[in-house]
Amino acid sequence: MKLIVTAAAVVVIGATAALAQENVIGQRQQLMKDAGAATRTGAAIAKGEAPFELEKARQVLTTYVTVAEKAVTLFPAGSDVGETTAAPAVWQDNAGFKAAFAKFEADAQQGLSSTSDLDSFKVAFGTVTKNCGGCHETFRIKKN
Amino acid sequence: MRRALSAVVGLAIIGAGAFWVATSPALTASGADEAPGGVPDLANGEAMFYAGGCTSCHATPGQDDKLRLGGGHALETTFGTFHVPNISPHPRDGIGAWSEADFIRAMRQGVSPDGEHYYPAFPYTSYQRMAAADLRDMFAFIRTLAPVEGEAPAHDLAFPYNIRRGIGLWKLAFLDGEAFQPDASKSAAWNRGAYLVEGPGHCAECHSPRNVLGGIIAEARFAGGPSPDGKGSAPNITPSPDGIGGWSKSEVVELLTSGFTPEFDSVGSTMAPVVGNTAKLPQADREAMAEYLLSLPPRPKATQQAGALSPSLRP
Repeated sequence: MKLIVTAAAVVVIGATAALAQENVIGQRQQLMKDAGAATRTGAAIAKGEAPFELEKARQVLTTYVTVAEKAVTLFPAGSDVGETTAAPAVWQDNAGFKAAFAKFEADAQQGLSSTSDLDSFKVAFGTVTKNCGGCHETFRIKKN
Repeated sequence: MRRALSAVVGLAIIGAGAFWVATSPALTASGADEAPGGVPDLANGEAMFYAGGCTSCHATPGQDDKLRLGGGHALETTFGTFHVPNISPHPRDGIGAWSEADFIRAMRQGVSPDGEHYYPAFPYTSYQRMAAADLRDMFAFIRTLAPVEGEAPAHDLAFPYNIRRGIGLWKLAFLDGEAFQPDASKSAAWNRGAYLVEGPGHCAECHSPRNVLGGIIAEARFAGGPSPDGKGSAPNITPSPDGIGGWSKSEVVELLTSGFTPEFDSVGSTMAPVVGNTAKLPQADREAMAEYLLSLPPRPKATQQAGALSPSLRP
């Protein structure tokens, strides 16, 4: 009886851990979608497809800061299994991975302080979004 | 018994002889014109260099200058590890001592100046489509770059892939020697796009599944394929619902310029450096590539079926 209870507990704990893992993958994917949505807004402004509004432009950069802060907590050891396109490099070079997010955050913060009009936003937006491809090159694989 | 044995030995000798003749690098097909003559156009050479993505494989790893073509990048595949060679204009370690004809032969026929076959990890199956004048210009541009010292180590491949001569057989099956043929019924922009995508851009090399012999499966060309390094896959780039169906031309151009998809995802992995190259092309060239890609026959995603066929998918 004791054995069965223990076994059941192990299964439950295992399942919970797996669920948490799925959760963390889902959360970081949602976070990346948030960054993508901010980029959509920012790109429209930068290209003149949407009017420049300082508040909106700042919101884009603020989203990036939030994303960078949260993201580093969502790649715990062991969350490399499951439906994820995170590359093994995230854990093999974890310091480099964290540094990439720190740079992204610093560039976004810098952009927040330098953005005052359309031209300054364009420069800041261009600099910050260069981080996307640079980080994905090393730390993401494509699956479909 | 004795007779049977001598028959076997005889056949083996004939077989080896046939292999030797059929795999001769001197035989490699090329129906195209060899020497273009004329004065190289360096600006066009630079555009061709970026369209060809040379730097993505040949730049010296671990430093930021994409124009230092010292090679040395290790390309891990299931055939083994390819060590990308030095193509800087260094006279001893790079291609500084090559003639224009040597370069054109390498790009079109996959044969070195010493008469050895190159492995098709070097995508000459696409580069063979390039015009001789474009190859001349590309070579002239590479010769303006910094010579880099140092040779990459030899490839480290499993048997039977380590038999270089065997590539001759592969070429008989997969290298047709045809230069690009424009389609007179299509616009100049479409033809330019077709040339860039099929020739220098060598998009199909990653975005297509391959058969067991490593040849592209024609009916699934551009429908996606396993990543050459075995990690993940290259997506379907035909205009089908699971490819780039529904994308506008300007959305494809945006991807080739900034790396952003219509959902504002940013492409990564090996496509990130490709975008670094296409971003340097004239806008009209990116528009032409987009026009051609969106005109491809829509095909269902090929990644899964490729898994069963391609040795490069097995981990």
